[in-house]
Amino acid sequence: MTQMTMIEAIRDAHDVAMGRDERVVVFGEDVGYFGGVFRCTAGLQTKYGKTRCFDTPISELGIVGAGVGMAAYGLHPVIEIQFADYVYPAIDQIASEAARLRYRSAGDFTCPLVIRMPTGGGIFGGQTHSQSPEAFFTHVAGLKTVMPSNPQDAKGLLLAAIEDPDPVIFLEPKRLYNGPFDGHHEKPIVPWKKHELGDVKDGYYSTELGKAAIRRAGDDVTILAYGTMVYVAEAAVEEAGVDAEIIDLRTLLPLDLDTIQESVKKTGRCLVLHEATKTSGFGAELMSQVQESCFYHLEAPIVRVTGWDTPYPHAQEWDYFPGPGRVLDALHQMMES
Amino acid sequence: MTTTLPLSLSVPEPGCRPGDEPDFSDFVIPKAGEVERPPIDADPNDIRDMAFSIIRVLNAKGEAVGPWSGTLSSEELVVGLQHMMTLRIFDARMMNAQRQGKTSFYIQHLGEEAIACAFRKALRDDDMNFPTYRQAGLLIAGGYPLTEMMNQIYSNSQDPLHGRQLPIMYSSKEHGFFSISGNLGTQFMQAVGWAMASAISGDTRIAAGWIGDGSTAESDFHAALVFASTYKAPVALNIVNNQWAISTFQGIARGGVGTFAARGHGFGIPSVRVDGNDYLAVHAVAQWASERARAGLGPTLIEHVTYRAGGHSSSDDPSAYRAKEEGAAWPLGDPIDRLKKHLIAIGEWTEEKHTAAQEEITEAVITAQKEAESIGTLGAGKMPSPRDMFEGVYETMPPHLVRQRQEAGY
Ligand SMILES: Cc1ncc(C[n+]2csc(CCOP(=O)(O)OP(=O)(O)O)c2C)c(N)n1
Ligand SMILES: [Mg+2]
Repeated sequence: MTQMTMIEAIRDAHDVAMGRDERVVVFGEDVGYFGGVFRCTAGLQTKYGKTRCFDTPISELGIVGAGVGMAAYGLHPVIEIQFADYVYPAIDQIASEAARLRYRSAGDFTCPLVIRMPTGGGIFGGQTHSQSPEAFFTHVAGLKTVMPSNPQDAKGLLLAAIEDPDPVIFLEPKRLYNGPFDGHHEKPIVPWKKHELGDVKDGYYSTELGKAAIRRAGDDVTILAYGTMVYVAEAAVEEAGVDAEIIDLRTLLPLDLDTIQESVKKTGRCLVLHEATKTSGFGAELMSQVQESCFYHLEAPIVRVTGWDTPYPHAQEWDYFPGPGRVLDALHQMMES
Repeated sequence: MTTTLPLSLSVPEPGCRPGDEPDFSDFVIPKAGEVERPPIDADPNDIRDMAFSIIRVLNAKGEAVGPWSGTLSSEELVVGLQHMMTLRIFDARMMNAQRQGKTSFYIQHLGEEAIACAFRKALRDDDMNFPTYRQAGLLIAGGYPLTEMMNQIYSNSQDPLHGRQLPIMYSSKEHGFFSISGNLGTQFMQAVGWAMASAISGDTRIAAGWIGDGSTAESDFHAALVFASTYKAPVALNIVNNQWAISTFQGIARGGVGTFAARGHGFGIPSVRVDGNDYLAVHAVAQWASERARAGLGPTLIEHVTYRAGGHSSSDDPSAYRAKEEGAAWPLGDPIDRLKKHLIAIGEWTEEKHTAAQEEITEAVITAQKEAESIGTLGAGKMPSPRDMFEGVYETMPPHLVRQRQEAGY
């Protein structure tokens, strides 16, 4: 075990994967010499050479397209989009190409590709360093979408994603890189050192994709969350004094419906939580799935707490970010009905 | 006989990383005054060599020489010097304000002041720039109030952008400054679209697109060149080659082509390189390109050769990826020093005047800063209302946003 930040855990996952498998190559903007603007790939170029970890021109389309070509050749590229907000120029390569290669070629060509990107808000990054685009990806058949919430999972899930035979979108909540942030922005940050999920196993291990984790067991209400919102949920539950079950989805697609169903059937209530905008957000999918599979067990309407349907603002960040206050209100309201 | 040796991947490397001796010896700098000034309707095929040379006016002695000199009066040059000094002082104070926690983010222009400041002076007030985050000189040289810029940087209640945008992502239609996106490259293409619209409408206004060396790798850059070339759009297309894109040296975006300007050749666009640290040269080239655009001769591609003397942004520490001494070794010098030297050489300026100007400008910037800070800084003082966060997504707020605003309590 080593205590790690999420950045260190991600770096370690790369290191382990590159050490085990020569086919793993790592590239992206500022990823090589410098080791990435968040330093997630620091040291890899020195250790594995510049043909296995390198800087690319600033072209997201180029980065993903090169990844698709290399994956088709038989390598396992792990690529970084500097911020999720900058992935849009690559959407064609992701949605029309990476996602469909296996299907349209009847398995003649496949695309074992991992596309990592720092995601989400909470750093006063304004509209181009704060977005949560997960629903764009979960809407595309052929992609898997993962979002870890802690160092332990980040390493295990990234290793599983690298071994996966299909393209995986790996979203890293950047507000969690250095510590579990619960939305109380006025308080000093708690480092991962002080959190049990910051204890990361050494060497190789993988965390199966498609499996949620129960972060807090409870009987009164199920909270479905992922990324930063896991800690916001924890803070709100503590303040509300409600016996909530908090499920960290970890993988959005494929979704661990078994764990969700079991919980909602027990609690009869479900709160869905995400940072992304509300309309057509991933929460809409979660509500539909819960409604379809647990309707007769529900004692109250399913409730969503999400970002507002506006672009991500700068000065008004803490009015925009779905913090513990809004979750608390929703919990109270649900428990009354 | 074909060889069947194993292949290997070629990954370019900069000449100098931390710990190395900076070496610009393979960077060929033509003498000031050496490059010819062709007529504005020159055949692009006849001036291909301009994409490999560098137009320079100021020589080492501070004299203005050659066919590109003489586009500005000495009074105008003094004003130009003051603009660059204003931008530098403004930057220093705002970098400091960021460090003091008065705002979240800042981007400075250190060493690149001449480019936007001089370029703006060759445009008319109603032309439109599509700038990147490193062209605030367009605003300063265009007379945009410093306090307004600071209000934006501080996201206070007088921020013209209502606190919605990241600091320095200004917007001012009135000052010919298109709203900065933050997504690299997108606006280069939009400049061409704006210029096409001007042509469609029988207007006389022209556009200027701006992009960094690194960002030329984005597809938007190539799309802009093909549209500009096909429709002969009245646009000046500016590449600011400051040698670095965060930690990535310009060779990664440039690849095998000799210069960024040479990219224009494949599109039949007249393409030139200019000494970006030479205020006079930048102005002369900007004037040439805008005359071409206004005469219906179409686009010009301009590579401004300069050096990013500071960090990429307030979040960046360049000592991790480039030698500290590299900036001092940069052979094109400092734009403010060079213009100052010239003005002194022609008897229009003195050290005393310079010191006085420095004090006067610092005073003006401090006054503006006090005014902005008396309104508010990020998170302190008068802030834009959270209610405003829901405005302006659409012209008319749709019912779902009205409901969300009410739910938020505003
Ligand atoms: C589409 C997109 N990709 C990546 C980024 C992140 N990013 C911001 S600035 C920058 C470097 C740009 O370098 P260059 O174009 O040379 O401009 P300079 O900063 O040197 O002025 C990068 C990669 C971005 N803003 N937008
Ligand atoms: Mg640059």
